[in-house]
Amino acid sequence: MKVRVALNVNGEFREALVPVHKTLLEVLREDLELTGTKHGCELGECGTCTVLVDGEPVLSCLALPIETAGRRITTVEGMAEGGQLHPLQQAFAELGAAQCGYCTPGILLTATALLARRPSPTRKDVKEALAGNLCRCTGYTKILDAVELAALRMGRQGART
Amino acid sequence: MTKNEFAVIGRPLPKVDAWAKVVGETKYADDLFLPRMAYAKLLRSAHAHARIRSIDTSRARALPGVVAVVTADDLPRVKFGILPVSQDEEALCADKVRMVGDPVAAVAAVDEETAEQACRLIEVDYEPLPALMSIFDSLAHPEVMIHEYGDGPNVHKNVALQFGDVEAALEGADLVREDVFFFEGNNHLPMEQHAAVAHWARDGKLTLWSSTQTPHYVHRVLAKVLDTPAAHIRVIATPVGGGFGGKTDPFAHEIVACQLSKLTGRPVKIALTREEVFYTHRGRHPVLMWIRTGFTREGDITGCHLRTWLDGGAYGSYGVASTFYTGVINPVTYKIPVYKFEGARIFTNKPPCGPKRGHGTVQPRFALESQLDKAAEQLGLDPADMRRRIVAEPFTKTANHLTVTTIGLGECIDKVVEASGWRDKRARFGVSARQAPRRSPKKRGLGIACSAYLTGAGTAIYWNDMPHSGVIVRADRSGGVAVLCGATDIGQGSDSILAYLTAEVLGIEPKDVHVHPADTSLTPVDLGSYSSRVTLMCGMAAIQAAERLRDAIFKAVARKLEVSPAALVARERKVGVPDDWDKAVPFARAVELGEALHGVLAFPGSYAPPKRAGKYKGGGVGPSPCYSYSACVVELTVDEDTGTVELENVWIGHDIGRALNPLLVEGQVEGSVYMGIGEALMEEQVFRKNLHKHPSMLDYKSPTTLETPDIHTILVETDDPEGPFGAKEAGQGPLLPVIPAIANAIHHALGIRIDEVPITPDKILKALDLKRAGKPARVGPERLPLFTFKEPLVVESAFGQPAEAVVSRPFASDDKR
Repeated sequence: MKVRVALNVNGEFREALVPVHKTLLEVLREDLELTGTKHGCELGECGTCTVLVDGEPVLSCLALPIETAGRRITTVEGMAEGGQLHPLQQAFAELGAAQCGYCTPGILLTATALLARRPSPTRKDVKEALAGNLCRCTGYTKILDAVELAALRMGRQGART
Repeated sequence: MTKNEFAVIGRPLPKVDAWAKVVGETKYADDLFLPRMAYAKLLRSAHAHARIRSIDTSRARALPGVVAVVTADDLPRVKFGILPVSQDEEALCADKVRMVGDPVAAVAAVDEETAEQACRLIEVDYEPLPALMSIFDSLAHPEVMIHEYGDGPNVHKNVALQFGDVEAALEGADLVREDVFFFEGNNHLPMEQHAAVAHWARDGKLTLWSSTQTPHYVHRVLAKVLDTPAAHIRVIATPVGGGFGGKTDPFAHEIVACQLSKLTGRPVKIALTREEVFYTHRGRHPVLMWIRTGFTREGDITGCHLRTWLDGGAYGSYGVASTFYTGVINPVTYKIPVYKFEGARIFTNKPPCGPKRGHGTVQPRFALESQLDKAAEQLGLDPADMRRRIVAEPFTKTANHLTVTTIGLGECIDKVVEASGWRDKRARFGVSARQAPRRSPKKRGLGIACSAYLTGAGTAIYWNDMPHSGVIVRADRSGGVAVLCGATDIGQGSDSILAYLTAEVLGIEPKDVHVHPADTSLTPVDLGSYSSRVTLMCGMAAIQAAERLRDAIFKAVARKLEVSPAALVARERKVGVPDDWDKAVPFARAVELGEALHGVLAFPGSYAPPKRAGKYKGGGVGPSPCYSYSACVVELTVDEDTGTVELENVWIGHDIGRALNPLLVEGQVEGSVYMGIGEALMEEQVFRKNLHKHPSMLDYKSPTTLETPDIHTILVETDDPEGPFGAKEAGQGPLLPVIPAIANAIHHALGIRIDEVPITPDKILKALDLKRAGKPARVGPERLPLFTFKEPLVVESAFGQPAEAVVSRPFASDDKR
């Protein structure tokens, strides 16, 4: 049975007609063509498919679109504002925090939620926030460095404005 | 050369593909959607070993939404495999399955769910055969033959090589140690599951997009198994979401997708689930090892004899090479005057093992470095000093005829010893030290280990005289430069390295370079992203191509400026005479002049490694243009009550030759250390009742941010004459010393030896129990298989001979030949 779902994705109103059991991950990738969201297990184990729903990290492989109707969904495609990369994206690129890049979208979004909650996190805070996101390339080091750099820059920016 | 001579080399630049990756624009294989695309699923065997009596696909065919169902009958009956000597795989099994997960049928349907549903409607009638699930099982039951080929019943490969009189060397030793170790197998666990899209177009030409590390080998295999000229097949390697060796074989799913596309006239996508990735495997071989080494009182090695038994799983894969690799790289690290190696790979009814980061060398490195630590303790030597003393000599040959060039291992050891506070902490920590509060169950320890690894396999997988790597550099009047190369970026940064090297030679910025990676219709062949070969081999080819382009441009600019081409330099996006830089010509203008003089500016570069294979059978595995070296110190805490290990710090010194981009090198080193930690402490691919015990990312434990300690990377530069601007590899070698350094640190903390990887809390507690009972505090394998190795091929040891001063390197430019 197909249902019509109406989603607010990256500030845009999107509609799709999908089987009721189709996951948010699948709808984002296959129906809305937002392939920036990746999958590593489709069982809620690896964190790769993380998106933000009302600013909170959600594993899109375990979420159903009907649960998220009317709520604010942010995917990696929605992180940059206009032509301006999010400071996390900038820092990840500059510091080599993305190697194969496959886990990167999920980690960027999880980190976004962390920095919204805690603008000046300690290294331990960052580690704990990202403990549900597996990365097999980097040994996490450059990822942790990049989150810290972004937090620093965002703090400075915040201080200026 | 010093660093500041370079404009691009040595700078911590972002990767050229970083920007697309952080905004989610990078298109991995499963991100491709083509019009009318169908979705395929494989039906896989639930039996570990069985004869296929019949397959009934009628109900699946009748399901609405199904567009095609195929079995072995719908494919040419041609077996394949990555190595010419092990052509033992079938895209769909015809008569027999050899493991749970073997593909027997496939469905293409309008969506994935329908394809899955149809797979469940296929009825396969199996006649179960006994399943052989271990080396011991397989050797005990020669009457149950998994394959009809090999070096004996269920023996895929049996090798024996001897270099010098090992027995005499051991007799003359002050100490001879004999130890047994086991290394459990594990999976690569790339974040991206394998995926492929095939499009067999109406003009009869096939295109395959695949997440593969080896598009060239996939290309060759497709031509063979699909009975189609290679000239009509195009393989495009999409950016790979993590490889680590797991995407280095040609796979059944790739072949099946192509055939389904041919039959349906539609593009077909196939994407593996995580569970399928565990069964597709090709991961680290479980290896049982026996090692006997002689030492002098001072800690010198007099000789070494190693035996390895590899649990190969159900198919050949890279297994013959893996078997050799458990033996042949060992003499590269330390001075080993005489050496004997016997190895055997045994077939079992489990997913096939293959190459994983450090291919075949990781397991014996754990054994060797653990044994060295035991020997140092017995001899009363400091384990760091002992290693420092026996580091191999640069520009010499090993006992097994491998030519070693630069060696930065001594410096690596010195630097990690200093940075870690080795001397102070070895005295303060450890079981024999008076540790702080006695009642605390947390004991601290410090351990060291070293290693070496090849920078690219010196011989190709199939015998040929062609380049291992090719590059075309093309410039046009826009001033843009395109680099076409068959290399595959698996996250290691090969696209970036190609851009950096080209930019350095041409005096432009990496941003001015457009890199076009593996597309077999457009790019010159590169053999693939394996054996840490890409930076060196593609790099050398890119430098040659860029230099040829530069020479052509210089000739044209020289005419214009009325100077000698030899007087010109290219830098800051200009070409000119340094002393008359005001007259320098902008790079785009220089290209115009070049195009006007020569016509289209497109130049090839080719690379093949120096021909240095030892002149004996088996001498082709092990040679490499140069070897990287690593030394590692691990600081950890073990809880005596729970057996849990907490890593605090890892210091790793890595001889990189030259860091073309230190940021990327650090990333490779950190990733290697992390992966070594996972293998040392938790990762294992194990089976229960013929099934994978935990084919999911939750149950298959791998380190998260919380288990990964601070990693302190120290790069040592030795400027190797073989590498591009002196560079060696970084992607695999630094994994090797981590595992034994952890084992040795645990021994330092508690006085127990865990001779078996992974070192899990239960093993630590068992060893502590043994210790308390006054028994030898060791947990590890207790028995070895009854097995006769073949008569060794006896060759004289080449230990200590000087490296040839002049080597012939095919395709080298005249001045560098």
